[in-house]
Amino acid sequence: MAHAEPAFKLKIANLSLFVLYVNTTDMAQLKNQLDTRVNKTHNFFSNTPVALDLSAIANSNISLDFADLISFMLNHGMHATGVIGGSTEQREAAVQSGLGLFPDTIVKPAIKTAPVPTTAPSITPNAEKTNQPELPEFGLTIDTNNSNVLDSDTQRQNPVSQVLPTFRPTMIINKPVRTGQRIYAEGSNLVVLGVVNAGAELIADGDIHIYAPLRGRAIAGAQGNENARIFVHSLEAELISVAGCFKVFENGIPENLRGKPVQVHLNGSDLIIQPLLS
Amino acid sequence: MSKVIVVTSGKGGVGKTTTSASFSSGLALRGNKTVVIDFDVGLRNLDLIMGCERRVVYDIINVINGEVTLKQALIKDKNCDNLYILPASQTRDKDALNLEGVERILNELKESFDCIVCDSPAGIESGAFTAMYFADEALVVTNPEVSSVRDSDRILGILAAKSKRAVDGLDPVKEHLLITRYDPKRVEAGEMLSVTDIQEILRIPLIGVIPESESVLQASNAGTPAIHLDKSDVAEAYRDVVGRFMGDERLPMRFVTVEKKSFLKRLLGGR
Repeated sequence: MAHAEPAFKLKIANLSLFVLYVNTTDMAQLKNQLDTRVNKTHNFFSNTPVALDLSAIANSNISLDFADLISFMLNHGMHATGVIGGSTEQREAAVQSGLGLFPDTIVKPAIKTAPVPTTAPSITPNAEKTNQPELPEFGLTIDTNNSNVLDSDTQRQNPVSQVLPTFRPTMIINKPVRTGQRIYAEGSNLVVLGVVNAGAELIADGDIHIYAPLRGRAIAGAQGNENARIFVHSLEAELISVAGCFKVFENGIPENLRGKPVQVHLNGSDLIIQPLLS
Repeated sequence: MSKVIVVTSGKGGVGKTTTSASFSSGLALRGNKTVVIDFDVGLRNLDLIMGCERRVVYDIINVINGEVTLKQALIKDKNCDNLYILPASQTRDKDALNLEGVERILNELKESFDCIVCDSPAGIESGAFTAMYFADEALVVTNPEVSSVRDSDRILGILAAKSKRAVDGLDPVKEHLLITRYDPKRVEAGEMLSVTDIQEILRIPLIGVIPESESVLQASNAGTPAIHLDKSDVAEAYRDVVGRFMGDERLPMRFVTVEKKSFLKRLLGGR
């Protein structure tokens, strides 16, 4: 008899995962703020697995009504999958409601930076090995592995090294980018060596370098990184944008910049285009 | 080794079918066994330009559907011994073309032909896509005009990303720029893009420049590919294109500058 094909493989995969940091045991407050935040970005979650981090409420002797929270999250497109941290009682209650348990240690090793709410910039990053981020204004924060930041209006993207190192290699394009083509360097910088023609679109979460004429569009810091920059060998662009701040050239590009090597960066809410001096 | 060459442009009315007719005739005149396929299903034109519209019985869709053999559908050209035409269907639409069927036909044609020229329809939809998918080389027909150049740029992007060669990770489709309806006088007057302007944008090798000429219209109406016209600059230009395609790199690029008539010629009232 022929050897049977293996019906499965069991492996450990490093996946990025949303983590909902629960900072309060007050269900009404939690639901209310979660509701407001999720409604801001409609349909952002769709059957998305989300872990619950209970570290901040571990010292409380109140346990959450997990069944209630699970169904509430489900209504917002979030699938609660398991809990991280929390007290023994809280973890037991979570298991009773069908949630899994993440090992308590996953966030502990070698944390460089903890999530910082940028709405409160005075707070310095928690450099200690703690998994209790202080989040005074929001009842929760939502972490992503360097992509898909939930709301772009108030938050600046911060490096988050919760699960995986977030370094992604620069994307390099060595062919012409032609009209109708769109290139997205997700979570990384983008370097283009060929011409970028009118009607083509370059998007990067980091910086964009173009060592050829840019005649199409270049969008740097697409996830809201205000420090992103664009470097262009010859500026002939239709549109340039950094962190959502954009400029079109309806009346042509100013004489001192047209066809010149330039860099583009953001100063507050002003998009600055300046010639590159050699 | 036979070659599949697509004649494409994105934009309509730039001279794809005129080019397909003359280019395939030129290849045949140079001794290549050539077949030209009309992919413009529903808007069949190539047979008119080739002057064989009254001999069309079966078409590419009949072959794809297995109703007739390839041999039954191929029409022998009236001017060249080595040239055959596979016409499009006039009564069907482009959805009747499918990649499997086209691949089967091309493979069968490769057994007996050196060059297979595919006359693409305009646009970037399924018809144009099917015509370019199996190409080894592409003639990108462009008019000296911004919208045509942009559409050609789009087509080049699709060739580089979605053709079979791109999908299979083989050597990319070899691209040739063919500028048609070029009028050096209007370029000098600043009314048309120059060859340099177009090359600066598209950045692919130039295979030829076909001058704007009234004789093209006459040739089309007469059902004779322009390359057969006597003493015509269009015919000369197409012959140069075929020459360069066959590997003759030394041919000078003609018809790109305004021809200054000599004093003597003006005096004698030359052409």
